Amino acid sequence: MKSKAPSIPYLIWMLLFTIIPLIMVIYYAFTDKSGNFTIQTFKDSLFYTDVFIRSLWIALVSTLLCLVLAYPLSYVMSRSSRRGQNILTMLIMLPMWMNFILRIYAWVLLLQNDGLIDLAVKFLGLDVPLLGNAGAVILGMVYNYLPFMILPIHAVMLKIDNSLIEASKDLGANKFNVFRKVVFPLSIPGIISGTTMVFVPTASTFLVAQYLGGTGDKMIGDVIENIFQRDKNVGSAISLVLMVIILLFIIVMNKFGDEEVVA
Amino acid sequence: MKKFISVLMSALIVGTSVFMLSGCGNGEKQQELNVFNWGEYISNGEDGTIDTIREFENRYNVKVNYTNYESNEEMYNLIKESNSSYDVIVPSDYMISKLIKEDMLEKINFDNVPNFANIMEKYKKTDFDPTGEYSVPYDWGVVALVYNKTMVKEKPKSFSVLWDKQYSGNILMFNNSRDAMAIAMRLKGINPTEITKKDIDVASAYLKEQKPLLKKYVMDQVFTEMEGDQAAMAPYYAGDVAVMMSNNENLDYMLPEEGSNWFMDSMCIPKTTQNKELAEKFINFMLEPEIGKANIEYLGYSTPNQKVYDLLDEDVKNNELNYPKEEYLKKCYTFSDLPQDVYDYMQEEFLKVQA
Repeated sequence: MKSKAPSIPYLIWMLLFTIIPLIMVIYYAFTDKSGNFTIQTFKDSLFYTDVFIRSLWIALVSTLLCLVLAYPLSYVMSRSSRRGQNILTMLIMLPMWMNFILRIYAWVLLLQNDGLIDLAVKFLGLDVPLLGNAGAVILGMVYNYLPFMILPIHAVMLKIDNSLIEASKDLGANKFNVFRKVVFPLSIPGIISGTTMVFVPTASTFLVAQYLGGTGDKMIGDVIENIFQRDKNVGSAISLVLMVIILLFIIVMNKFGDEEVVA
Repeated sequence: MKKFISVLMSALIVGTSVFMLSGCGNGEKQQELNVFNWGEYISNGEDGTIDTIREFENRYNVKVNYTNYESNEEMYNLIKESNSSYDVIVPSDYMISKLIKEDMLEKINFDNVPNFANIMEKYKKTDFDPTGEYSVPYDWGVVALVYNKTMVKEKPKSFSVLWDKQYSGNILMFNNSRDAMAIAMRLKGINPTEITKKDIDVASAYLKEQKPLLKKYVMDQVFTEMEGDQAAMAPYYAGDVAVMMSNNENLDYMLPEEGSNWFMDSMCIPKTTQNKELAEKFINFMLEPEIGKANIEYLGYSTPNQKVYDLLDEDVKNNELNYPKEEYLKKCYTFSDLPQDVYDYMQEEFLKVQA
């Protein structure tokens, strides 16, 4: 029997910083200020349904955009030379070396009135506010989380054996069929982990909407941050609902993945 | 066994006394003072100003541990729940009345603060510290409107301009429940000093009407927005309005005809203090005319200290943003300490306005 001893440090870590906090969140969500059992906290969080839907919508659109941008790039990357791959990976990772707030703030400066991009758009004859709307928030999300989509898809695509593609071509598949029958099915695990890694943080993130959004773009992460400062119970209830929604999303994603692979 | 314990005890006692004696032998141990203040709220030697803390350390040969907080509530929680020993804090008016009520402040021994005589008579006793035993004024100010002259043609008269449709999409509003609600209440004829849940409902409804006209709810982001000509107007604290105006000449200020919030931050000694006398020395030091002048020039707010005021330039003294006329101040309101449930309700309703 293999020894389990090496995993003990992590198990202790997980117990202290994942399991126990999770139990505390659940406990707070089902109690009121004086510690009595209640579900009033969940009724209170119903008020924020619109914000929930908005956050999930923004997360979904951002995730799809990331997928559309990342997928072709990952494929091209995985078929390029080792050197080319290293350079591209480096370029993708590079922005992540910089502080998150700085990157968001840079977008504020670019999009604001008479900012660089705003001037360019005006030069083309359009005068639309680029900042302070859902579009700007989605842009910020895509910019921030794109690497989390590219890297897992790329990792999976690397493993696709070129001989499989050659074989399907030999057997008379055209380019579209090579993609549909070989490349795409084999890349599904990467799509699933990429989608999860983008969707989960975008749905729960805060600050991005505070900087790039307007007054109508408050996201659930911002609401949780605000409520938690004075009301741990309702704050926990909203966090718990969000966790359940994300869990459901992950389950659906995995189901979809399994079926596809079987088919 | 008993013998062993007594030997051990004696050894311990002898050991510690020797240790303490040797400590004295090395000269008196440097005293420490823990000052807990707002961020960027003391003159720090930048741009040739006086480095207040360094100056105090050198004069009295002590060590000052200077730390910051961002809100009265954050400060309150730390004083209440941690066992850190702060000696001087600088809370705002309503927070001081809360701290007094909860018996968290020491009475100041004014024999050790002779410079208290420099404080203007009208600020020696205040609504939040009616007996004047617990606090020494640090600075004060009012809430004003900062607006961009290129976007707002006619000088506004009242905060009702924040609801003016012609500036739709260019208005900024406080992202802070108390300040935002107070503006709405005043315009609806409610005195924002002491409020009920019903008053909060009225203010929330009015703020909901305003929301579609707003560009953003802001706190610190107001500086980049206004200094970068990104928005037409915002209500904010006078000292900060002065800073914004000095960084962008398109900006001007307005004091609303209905009056606005008058606030004061004062130095207090919390019960956690380990060195009350040194804390009083520090407070006394901050009231010295030269130190007070350097400090108030750095802060951009207004001084309650007559000796400091006398030293200021004429144009500062005559600036109504910093030193509004008595008749304006009469229209202003202060904040009082709200009952916890009303305070929570206000914060919740403000979040609901925004959600």
